[in-house]
Amino acid sequence: MVMEIVCPAGTPASLRAAVTAGAHTVYCGFADETNARNFPGLNFDRAEMREGIAFAHDHGAKVLIAINTFPRAGDEALWHRAVADAESCGADAVILADLGLLDHAARHHSGLRRHLSVQAAAANADAVNFYADTFGVKRVVLPRVLSVQEIAAINAETDVETEVFVYGGLCVMAEGRCSLSSYATGLSPNMNGVCSPASHVEYHDDKGVLDARLGGYTIHRVQKGEPAPYPTLCKGCFSAGDKTGHLFEDPVSLNAEQLIPQLQKAGVTALKIEGRQRSRSYVAQVVRNFRAAVDALEAGLPMPEGMLARLSEGQAMTTGAYKKTWR
Amino acid sequence: MELTVGPNQFFWSADAWTSFYQDLAAAPVDRIVLGELVCSKRLPFYQDRIPDAITTLLGAGKDVALTSLALVTLKRERKLAGELVGMGVEVEVNDLTALAHLPQGAPFSVGPLVNVYNEGTISWLAGRGATRICLPPELPLASVATLARAGADLGVIVEVWGHGRLPLAISGRCYHARMHGRTKDNCQFACEDDPDGLDVLTLEGQPFLAMNGVQTLSDSHACAAYQIDALRDAGVGALRLSPQSRGFDTICGLYRQLLDGDVDADHVTDAIGRIDPNTRLSDGFLTGARGVDWSGKAAHP
Repeated sequence: MVMEIVCPAGTPASLRAAVTAGAHTVYCGFADETNARNFPGLNFDRAEMREGIAFAHDHGAKVLIAINTFPRAGDEALWHRAVADAESCGADAVILADLGLLDHAARHHSGLRRHLSVQAAAANADAVNFYADTFGVKRVVLPRVLSVQEIAAINAETDVETEVFVYGGLCVMAEGRCSLSSYATGLSPNMNGVCSPASHVEYHDDKGVLDARLGGYTIHRVQKGEPAPYPTLCKGCFSAGDKTGHLFEDPVSLNAEQLIPQLQKAGVTALKIEGRQRSRSYVAQVVRNFRAAVDALEAGLPMPEGMLARLSEGQAMTTGAYKKTWR
Repeated sequence: MELTVGPNQFFWSADAWTSFYQDLAAAPVDRIVLGELVCSKRLPFYQDRIPDAITTLLGAGKDVALTSLALVTLKRERKLAGELVGMGVEVEVNDLTALAHLPQGAPFSVGPLVNVYNEGTISWLAGRGATRICLPPELPLASVATLARAGADLGVIVEVWGHGRLPLAISGRCYHARMHGRTKDNCQFACEDDPDGLDVLTLEGQPFLAMNGVQTLSDSHACAAYQIDALRDAGVGALRLSPQSRGFDTICGLYRQLLDGDVDADHVTDAIGRIDPNTRLSDGFLTGARGVDWSGKAAHP
């Protein structure tokens, strides 16, 4: 079976662009704290969601709704409403991370398919099977800490579908288990759906040297005129001992396009593209390329080469943890 | 309010490890969670010392639990998670993999690295057998209060991170090894030289984080000394102190005196400063705008 391409859509226009470009599946979120890309100007209100899902279904594509932050104590109703609205909007599945919300969805919306978000960081077959047995999860998005061999080992021990990230932003830390952002800025992926938020970024220009600060911490410094990467905490520049540099990760993004055949052999069902914050033209181009790749693979043809180099805008790419030496 | 000593997060020699837990037998704390939290490669160095430490601590009247690893990916790590159940003491689940190995209904506790953010999650865990939950450190006081109430209704003791460098992230990658140009599989135990983690500074030399193998911690030591009354009013049942290589017996004593009303928070923070004048404190996750913020008198740098 052809591998499923799961594409991000931050706006209704991106959703239509992704579907038109050949996405099998699109994932998106409501415009509030219930999803992990809670950025200004992004995401869907209820009417847009309903229309977007109808458009996708008319074109033979599926829509998954990410409700993958951890509900705030005393405020769970907002997340419960999101699950109910996802079902009434006709979503093909919800992507959840929180134990309480999974339990709620399993009990009150048993007909709504449940996927486990990468934010739950289920990193081995025991954890994957636990979520399947306990909450009826049908698909798990695997955390970006696993090698291809480890993914194959998980698939050998479970009937649950697996979905893996192949392109876009790269979390260096186990997802859903990182408070670096809230330590420095007060806002976190788990609680607020944001990481290293733009509201806390400052650029400081001092005599031809450009400092990038996050929450007041200087984590990037370039000469004026050099490209200044966005100051994401785990990809910042720090010193420790006698070393100064990108101690956690370089400012790279993930590109596992050349590993698609191995991922298929490892039993992966779906390939996920990160980037609900990206433009619709970006989304459309990434979708076209990955769709071409999985169609070629299915037809037994060689993989198209270096297809996405242009889109990375000169940024360095990595295959991340999929290759064991990354660790 | 009880005092719990959380699992040591760092890589210590087997002898340092042993004497730390021997000393804890005499410390004014109620509960001790031990075992390997961060990296399974460290465990063989002191694994054979664990049964004796458990016996000593139980003999001293302490409540004892064994932690699971925080991130379980390898086959031998899964096996370890399964073996915890047979060690004869309660398991503190810090990765849900361990829960998958517990018999349905068997009592267990939940550590701060499991995402417990709301009443629905506490309720589900209680139904599964959780008797005690140490909340994730990033929760604000308002959430802590709501969850402590929910815990009380369910018969679950709610514990809060009270002292020590904050566990901010865990990764598949070992940063200590990477810094030395090695991979995790060939790390040569680069983390053993840093018994409290390696300071990570910003480009302006500002202390910010601490590196501990696959784990990233805060530079600052969390300190809930000024929130004790609020936590007690909220119904929090225990305060967690996280091990550090220097002055930990003093720290246990200070928090015990604080809980007993014998000293005030100023006294506690002054005394912590005397253990190491370079210790920066924070309580911002509980009360501040950012985790690093500090409500006490000596501002963090």
